[in-house]
Amino acid sequence: MNKSISNIFSGEAVFLDKANVDTDQIIPKQFLKSIKRTGFGPNLFDAWRYLDKGDLNSDNSKRKLNPDFILNHDLYKSCNILITRENFGCGSSREHAVWALTDYGFTTIIAPSFADIFKNNSYKNGLLLIEIDKEKIDEIFKQITEKKTINIEVDVHNQFIYLEKKKFPFELDDFKKKFLLDGIDEVGFTLQHQNKIEDFEKNYKKTVPWLFK
Amino acid sequence: MNNPNPKTLYDKLWDTHFVGSRSDKGDLLYIDLHMVHEVTSPQAFEGLKIKGISPRRVDSIVATVDHNVPTTDRSEGLRGIKDTISRDQIQALQINCHDFGIDLIDLNDLNQGIVHVVGPEQGFTQPGMTIVCGDSHTSTHGAFGCLAMGIGTTEVEHVLATQCLVMSKQKNMRISINGPLKKNVFAKDLTMFLIGKIGTAGGTGHVIEYDGSTIESLSMEGRMTVCNMAIEAGARAGMIAPDQKTFDYLKSKPHTPKGNEYETALEYWKTFHSDENSNFDTVHNFFAEEIEPQVTWGTSPEMVIGVKDRIPSKEDYTSQTERNNFEAALDYMGLSAGDSLENYSLDQIFIGSCTNSRIEDLREAAEILDGNVISKKIKRAMIVPGSGLVKKQAEEEGLHETFISSGFEWREPGCSMCLGMNPDQLGEKERCASTSNRNFEGRQGHLGRTHLVSPAMAAAAALAGNFIDISS
Repeated sequence: MNKSISNIFSGEAVFLDKANVDTDQIIPKQFLKSIKRTGFGPNLFDAWRYLDKGDLNSDNSKRKLNPDFILNHDLYKSCNILITRENFGCGSSREHAVWALTDYGFTTIIAPSFADIFKNNSYKNGLLLIEIDKEKIDEIFKQITEKKTINIEVDVHNQFIYLEKKKFPFELDDFKKKFLLDGIDEVGFTLQHQNKIEDFEKNYKKTVPWLFK
Repeated sequence: MNNPNPKTLYDKLWDTHFVGSRSDKGDLLYIDLHMVHEVTSPQAFEGLKIKGISPRRVDSIVATVDHNVPTTDRSEGLRGIKDTISRDQIQALQINCHDFGIDLIDLNDLNQGIVHVVGPEQGFTQPGMTIVCGDSHTSTHGAFGCLAMGIGTTEVEHVLATQCLVMSKQKNMRISINGPLKKNVFAKDLTMFLIGKIGTAGGTGHVIEYDGSTIESLSMEGRMTVCNMAIEAGARAGMIAPDQKTFDYLKSKPHTPKGNEYETALEYWKTFHSDENSNFDTVHNFFAEEIEPQVTWGTSPEMVIGVKDRIPSKEDYTSQTERNNFEAALDYMGLSAGDSLENYSLDQIFIGSCTNSRIEDLREAAEILDGNVISKKIKRAMIVPGSGLVKKQAEEEGLHETFISSGFEWREPGCSMCLGMNPDQLGEKERCASTSNRNFEGRQGHLGRTHLVSPAMAAAAALAGNFIDISS
C-alpha cells in the first residue's frame, strides 16, 4: 500500500542550491545493500551531510556533521519541503533515493525539472514533485535568501502552491494525483484490469510465439 | 506510394505492446523481458510475498548477480564473500529465485556477468521487445531495436505481478550522426560527445533513436555503448533500428529462436524501423568528424571535452547556478580552470562496466597496450570483463596475457568499480581514468575523482600515467 498524502498541507522549505543533483548524492551506493525500504533517512545526502565516510554499520549519531551543509543548519532541521534546481534525481534508477527523502521527512520537492525515472519512483511512494519555472525558482531563492525561512502551502487537488501570498500553479498527471491522494496499492489496481492483460497476451502470443516458453 | 500513417521505431514498439488504459488513464505497456539483479529486487520480492502473489510469467524473467559481487577469487562461492551485508543481499536473490522458480545465473556460472552484457550475449535481448530492469543502464538493450528502460523497485514488483509497466508515452527524439569517425575515436567518444552537446537533461521526457551512417558503421558492441549512455542524456531509453549486423549477431545466440522460427522472427524483427517521413518531436544532427577523443573533467557526464581542449573557465558559463556548479565540480576534481587534462597524474585505471566491458572493448585496449608496461605512477590498473563468456573469449584470444604483462589486474566479471559497491573502489582524492558511465561525486569511492573515457584512452593513459592525445 502506498502512503497517501493530504489534499492541502503546508510546511517550512529549505533551498538546496544545486543543479543536476544525482541519486548517487541523494543516497550513496553503500546504503543500497540494505534489503529493506526503510531506515535510509539518516543517510540522505550522506557525503554532503557528514564529514566522514559512513556505511550501513555506522552509528550516525556519533558521526561528525558538515556544518556548511544546508540541512544541518538549525533553521532548516525540521523542514519538510525541499526546493532545488533543475534535473533533480538524475542518474541511477535506485528507488532508495526516494525512500531516503521520505524517510528523512520530505513530503514535497519543488524544482524546475526532474529526471524521468526519479519522477516515477516518487509518486509511487507518496513524494510530491512540483515543477515550477526556472525564473520563479530564482524568485523563491531570492525570497528565501532574504527571509531565511518561508512557509509554503500546497493544494494538491487544485494544483497550486501558495508562497508569501503568491499563487503558483503546477501540472500533475491524473493518475499520479489519484495515487498520491488515495495511496492505492498499484498492483491491486492494475490487476482489476486483468482481463485486458489476458486478452492482449492471447493475441500477442500468436504474433511472437518464440517469446513464450 | 506514401504511407498515410508513418510511425517511428518507438511508436511501433509502443503500439505493439500497448495493453490498454486503466480507469485512471495510466497506460499499461506489456513487458517481454524482465532482467533482475540483487540490489533493486529484494524489496520487490518481499512485496509479492506479503501480497501472496507469484510472478505472472517466470519465463520472461532472467536473474543474475553483478552489482555486489567480488571480482577476485570466487572459488569459495557465496561463503567467500567477506562483506556480510553484500553476501546477505546476494543470498536474498538466490532464495527469491528459488522460491518463485526463476532462472538465476549464479555467482560461479560461466554465463554470469553484468546484466546488460548477459542479456544480448545470451540472445535474451531481441528486436521488437520491451525490456525492463531495476537499473538505469537497461537502455543498453535498445541497440537491438528494443524499448528498454530502467525502472524503480516498486515498478519491478508491478512488472513481476502484472507483466505490465504503467507509463505515459514519451516524446520521440532523433539524433543523426553521419560520416566516418577519426582514428582512435570510438562509440564511447561519440556517446559522450552527444551528452556534452545536448546535456544530461537534453533527452528528458523523450526516447532517443540514433541513426545515420556513423551509427550504421558501428558494431553491435559499439551500438550498445551508445545506447547505454542515453540515460546520461536524460532519456530513459535509447534505440537503434536493427539491421543485418543485428541479425547476424543474434543468429547463433543460445536463446534466439532457431530453424523455421528464426525465419519467422526475422521477418517480424525487420518491421522495427522508423518509417520514412515519420514524425520526431526533437531532432539533432551531428558529423562524426567533429568528434575528438573525449574525457570528462567534472562531476556530471555533460562536463566533457576533447582531450586536446582546455578545462573550461568560469567565464564560459552565463548563469550563477551554472557557475556555482562549475566551481564545485572543479574543486571536487582538484583541477584548475583553463588547464590541460594532460597535466594531471592518474592513480587508477578501470576498464569495465556495462558501457565498455565487451570483447571489442578489451581488444581495443589490448591493441593500445601492445606489449608495453603501464606507468609507475599508476597504483592500480584493472580490467573487469563484462561476463564469464567475455572473459573466456578474451583468454582464448590471449588478450589476458597482454593485460597481465603490461601490469593490469585481470578480474572476474561484475559491475566492480563502476559504482564501487564491492571492494573495488577509489581512495580519497585518487584520480581514475574509467571506461564506466558516471563521474558523479563519490561514485567510484568516497571523494574519488573519475574521468570517463574510452577503453583505448584508458589504456593509453595507463601507459603514460596521464591523459594523452591518441588521435594522431
